[in-house]
Amino acid sequence: MANLKTVSKKSKAQSMGMHTEVLTGRTQQKFFNPDEAENFYYFGTYDVDFNKRTELDVKDMTAPEANKEIDNLMSQGYGTIVIKNPQGKHSLGVGILNKLNLIFEGSLGYFGMGSCDGPIVRINGRVGWSCAENLMAGKVVIEKNAGSCFGAAIRGGDLICKGSVGARTGIDMKGGTIIIGGDAGAFTGFMMQRGRIIILGDVGINLGDSMYDGTIFVGGEIGSYGSDAVDSELTSNDQDWLKRKLKVAEIGENFDVSKMKKIVAGKKLWNYDNLEPTEKKGAI
Amino acid sequence: MCGIAGLIHRGKSSNVGSELQGMLQALKHRGEDSTGYALYGDTDGKNFIMRFKVGENVGEGSSSVMEDVSVYDERKKIVDETLAEMGAKVVKEERTLPYSLRYEIDYDTKDLLDFSQRIESIPGVEILSMGKSLEVIKDLGNAKMVCDRYSLDKVVGTHAIGHARMATESGVDIKSAHPFWGYPFSDVSVVHNGQLTNYWNNRRVLENKGMRFMSECDSELIAVYIAEKMRHGATLEEGMKESLTGLDGVFTYFVATKDSLGMAKDTMAAKPLVLYESDDLVAMGSEEIAIRSVLPQEIDTYDPFDGEVKVWQI
Repeated sequence: MANLKTVSKKSKAQSMGMHTEVLTGRTQQKFFNPDEAENFYYFGTYDVDFNKRTELDVKDMTAPEANKEIDNLMSQGYGTIVIKNPQGKHSLGVGILNKLNLIFEGSLGYFGMGSCDGPIVRINGRVGWSCAENLMAGKVVIEKNAGSCFGAAIRGGDLICKGSVGARTGIDMKGGTIIIGGDAGAFTGFMMQRGRIIILGDVGINLGDSMYDGTIFVGGEIGSYGSDAVDSELTSNDQDWLKRKLKVAEIGENFDVSKMKKIVAGKKLWNYDNLEPTEKKGAI
Repeated sequence: MCGIAGLIHRGKSSNVGSELQGMLQALKHRGEDSTGYALYGDTDGKNFIMRFKVGENVGEGSSSVMEDVSVYDERKKIVDETLAEMGAKVVKEERTLPYSLRYEIDYDTKDLLDFSQRIESIPGVEILSMGKSLEVIKDLGNAKMVCDRYSLDKVVGTHAIGHARMATESGVDIKSAHPFWGYPFSDVSVVHNGQLTNYWNNRRVLENKGMRFMSECDSELIAVYIAEKMRHGATLEEGMKESLTGLDGVFTYFVATKDSLGMAKDTMAAKPLVLYESDDLVAMGSEEIAIRSVLPQEIDTYDPFDGEVKVWQI
């Protein structure tokens, strides 16, 4: 297999099994003109300064109050916000469409960091179900364990859990990368459509069940394969990419990626011809 | 939805009534049609404690039919007569509410099947729990309402499980509320979050084996299923492991006995559970905020995996 540095972007992506489709959809042609970049504006975004730092204690706040205050601080230009005492509250940090350094000193409940696009987040604790659901871009790092449906339907960005995760990790994911330092539960990659999942530990039953596309890399034992999930050859390109990704994620520094298993879809179940929003942004 | 919570102190007692109230109240958004507590209090272990009801709560939101309160007294009188006939001596009697009673009974038996069958043959009477440590208290409303109504905040014991219910499969009444007693086993209780899809098939089989069902709530099946396994010599853990294949559907459930607490999660892992475990305390609930009500400091928690069964001793 050719080295990553010497192949074109298209063949690189195809050789790694990321996607093989030809993008000819009407949506792409009609609505996403690179000349219109200046009109591409997100409601609710701010110019922030990463060196402008503040702390926010949410102990006595409800989730809506805390999220509103985060938005308020961003509107004042704060680019680094440290959240104190999240205490397992649900839905903290949702809907952030900004570049932002966000640090949680504690654990989150369900739906933490959902529907975000852009922030760099570090959670010095654990997260409940559906963390970073629908993530579009950015990076979310969880220092401890995560619940089920981790990274459900993400479309881009990097989602990293240094501990173990529950069931259905990456369910319905459409892009991005999920990296798990420990073990993962049943139905990991269930109905995933694109993107990549890396699990350094063991994974439960029905791995990649009904996956349409995308790639799953597993370092440990696999409970069982789901319908349509099959083994594939781990190429040198894959190994290069895995090493780089793990290094960036600050996880599995000495992990031997050459022994990882690569799982892909055994059937062509998809028929997409439209770019995902993150790809559209990239095109612009 | 529904929420479940449980905790077990290892090597000491604590104010489990108040602790469980806090955990269940934190889960009230998962359902507050009814709330139930299974508390394992500190007792001298000499007498049985029987919690039973002679009627339903017919307050706001109830699906029960209104009855004349006088029938409660008549039913209680028959219970008293039946106990006397069986040689069971009521040592202490409390009537918290017109329909809800607590008896401490001096009765020497290891087989509660005959005892229970005779008491429950009285129309309108249901034993909520029977044991030398266990007391099941359940009623309509959220955790705080039930706790206040029955003065549970001062109960001291080693472990407890509880349930905040959003009624979906059966009525809003006490008989369908959790926890369920593991009839006819002393000190066995169950709470469940999920749906069982082979309820009627299992129920028919178990009824043919002489087991009793008091409600049409699918969760009751778990208590009866486990009890039937234990009746034939299985340990609690063995019974719970068998349930992973014997019961179909999605579920997370807790079972408690006089000296242990167990959890089981179905093979799909479709129902949530967060667990905290240390040398002296295990606390678990449908959401982390339940655990945070007793452990507000930063702690390490995790989700048990699919098909996992765990049992802890006091």
